[in-house]
Amino acid sequence: MISSTLSDLARQSVAALRLLVVFTLILGIGYPVLVWGVGRALGDRADGQPVRVDGQVVGSALLGQSLTGVEWFHSRPSPNDYDTLASAPSNLGPLSPDLDAAVAERRTAVAETEGVAESAVPADAVTASGSGLDPHISPAYAELQAARVAEANGLSLATVRSLIDENTQGRVLGFLGEPGVNVLTLNVAILRATA
Amino acid sequence: MSDTAGGLLSIAALIALLAIVYVPLGDYMARVFTSGKHLRVERGVYRLTGVNPDAEQSPKAYALSVVGFSLASIVLLMGILLAQAQLPMSRDLEGMPFWMSFNTAISFVTNTNWQSYAGESTLGFTAQMAGLAVQNFLSAAVGIAVAVALIRGFTRVRSGSLGNFWVDLTRGTLRILLPLALVGAVVLLLGGVIQSFQDSTMTTLAGQDHVLPGGPVASQEVIKNLGNNGGGFFNANAAHPFENPNAFTNLFEIFLILVLPISLTRTLGTMLGNRRQGLAVLGAMGVLMLAALTLTTWAEVSAQSPTAQVAGAAMEGKETRFGEWGSALFAVATTGTSTGAVNSAHDSMTPVGGGTVLLNMMLGEIAPGGVGAGIYGILVMAILAVFICGLMVGRTPELLGKKISARQMTYVALYTLTTPALVLIGTGVAISRDSTADAMGNAGGHGFSEVLYAYTSAANNNGSAFGGITVTSDFFQVTLGLAMLLGRLIPIVLVLLLAGSLAQQGKVPVTAGTLPTHKPLFVGMLVGVIVIMTGLTYFPALALGPIAEALA
Repeated sequence: MISSTLSDLARQSVAALRLLVVFTLILGIGYPVLVWGVGRALGDRADGQPVRVDGQVVGSALLGQSLTGVEWFHSRPSPNDYDTLASAPSNLGPLSPDLDAAVAERRTAVAETEGVAESAVPADAVTASGSGLDPHISPAYAELQAARVAEANGLSLATVRSLIDENTQGRVLGFLGEPGVNVLTLNVAILRATA
Repeated sequence: MSDTAGGLLSIAALIALLAIVYVPLGDYMARVFTSGKHLRVERGVYRLTGVNPDAEQSPKAYALSVVGFSLASIVLLMGILLAQAQLPMSRDLEGMPFWMSFNTAISFVTNTNWQSYAGESTLGFTAQMAGLAVQNFLSAAVGIAVAVALIRGFTRVRSGSLGNFWVDLTRGTLRILLPLALVGAVVLLLGGVIQSFQDSTMTTLAGQDHVLPGGPVASQEVIKNLGNNGGGFFNANAAHPFENPNAFTNLFEIFLILVLPISLTRTLGTMLGNRRQGLAVLGAMGVLMLAALTLTTWAEVSAQSPTAQVAGAAMEGKETRFGEWGSALFAVATTGTSTGAVNSAHDSMTPVGGGTVLLNMMLGEIAPGGVGAGIYGILVMAILAVFICGLMVGRTPELLGKKISARQMTYVALYTLTTPALVLIGTGVAISRDSTADAMGNAGGHGFSEVLYAYTSAANNNGSAFGGITVTSDFFQVTLGLAMLLGRLIPIVLVLLLAGSLAQQGKVPVTAGTLPTHKPLFVGMLVGVIVIMTGLTYFPALALGPIAEALA
């Protein structure tokens, strides 16, 4: 009984291996190559929407970057310092004293950098994202940084605010998701405005 | 528009999309598994593999085929992962360590997609697309096949067979998953998900050199969600902007996660010739799902945790573009199904939110459950419900014209014990080891929750994690690997034996004393049985983790 079951199992496994080879060709090679072919028709959209300055790729419009200079808009905190090969959240829990300490420290730092009260610092400025590569900040955090960036770059506050508007992605179709300001494309716009 | 209005509208849009495809997709899937015709490409597959597609299999043969196929898949996938350095497009990465490949191969073959590795720094493109993504299709097709076999157990009369596993597997893959994946992949490409075969470099505005990662992501992302697999191409999974670039792709991915488990209830009703039964099952799933969604969304949006209060909002571990609403909806969908993809860090959710998604898995993946697994899971619970109802009124219980006797109840009892035993024994053993404290990413009660979440996720074949825990030690790789394997194959074998015992029976005629199982009363009974069973099983463990945290 047991030996016949085992020999049945062995026979099934041989059929299984042959099926796996066939399906690996169809699903593992044919299918992704076909999707890749469709992607080629979409230009650089399927390559992660690279952002270029003077022809050089400086980043992807989908990936945040760590810019700390006074002349730049700053992204959200990241547990991996925006390493594109190490996406990760902090995984700090809801009662974590480490998280409370990090949030307090970041809030003090942001308030000092922007010259505002600590109570004015929005939540996204003091929390790390799910990927550590969040390309966006909230419109509130962008507004908080506008005066500093304007002054550091010799631009008027009105100019900087209009650039923020241009680089704000509203809710998709008017209701999906939350509005966000794309930090990289905004910084590139600032760079162009000062050139 | 306010966050609340946007969030509610998103949920309404999701329900509308699911409602639109429910009937056509559900009926199409029923035709796939009842049609006597083979497609030409399928005949080619059968010829190449030496399968006789017109042979019927006994329950035992069907079960052996599932087990044999799963074991062969694990061996092949382990080989690919160990040898990936020799494969094309390996990105100069080495083969996986042995026990990590053991864990990962089991993980993807069992439709779990628990990940003890970080995709972008561990795997080349060939291992991802020709190894992991192939199992994303096939493991989902196995789940559908087993569900269909159980439905046949109810529809067949005095029959010794349940169909042909190889035919069900091939049809599920080629007629359902592959066409839907192709359409979905194009939608994701248009939404901005990447699909390339090379990494490139960039110099950031700050002058740092960074890699701009590439990869066949769109093709993998769609089946990862559609097949309820959940294994991310990147470590951050669907929180990574290359996997899930905006709120549109987010809603679409949630739709992909839910579309097959929900539409399969229509397939169930159509194959049974009793469509109201399909709706009753969907009703029970829907009640549980909406309860979980309400609780999770409330906890996250109103920042019900000390750290979220300090930060001003529960945005730790969440992406700006999704916010609390889009993150909570994804979290409930991914744990109510057996998906396990994440678009936010579950470890950083509020105690009530994180506890609810944990409980969602503990329900046994039936709200609405994994692809196929949700159907057979809830039918097993339906048998338990009619059994308890039968005890209350003193009648022999019946479900869908089949008598539920000692033999069926033995399979059902073993089924309902298997997963909790794996979860609680696994958690208990892990917690009793001194080294586990070092593996936890958070101290105290939340550290316990991380361990409980890990074994719950593995044994229920979900795959999501409270990711702070470090699970790369041999102990975790082996025990979580075994939890995934046994949590998948034992229930499947029991379901097939149950199906066989039902198929053998004649049909009991409906009488005035028959408990109608397609009416709201039974839906209420079913939900009640599920909640009481889960509560009795897991309350002590939950009390030590999320409940203690919520009261802290």
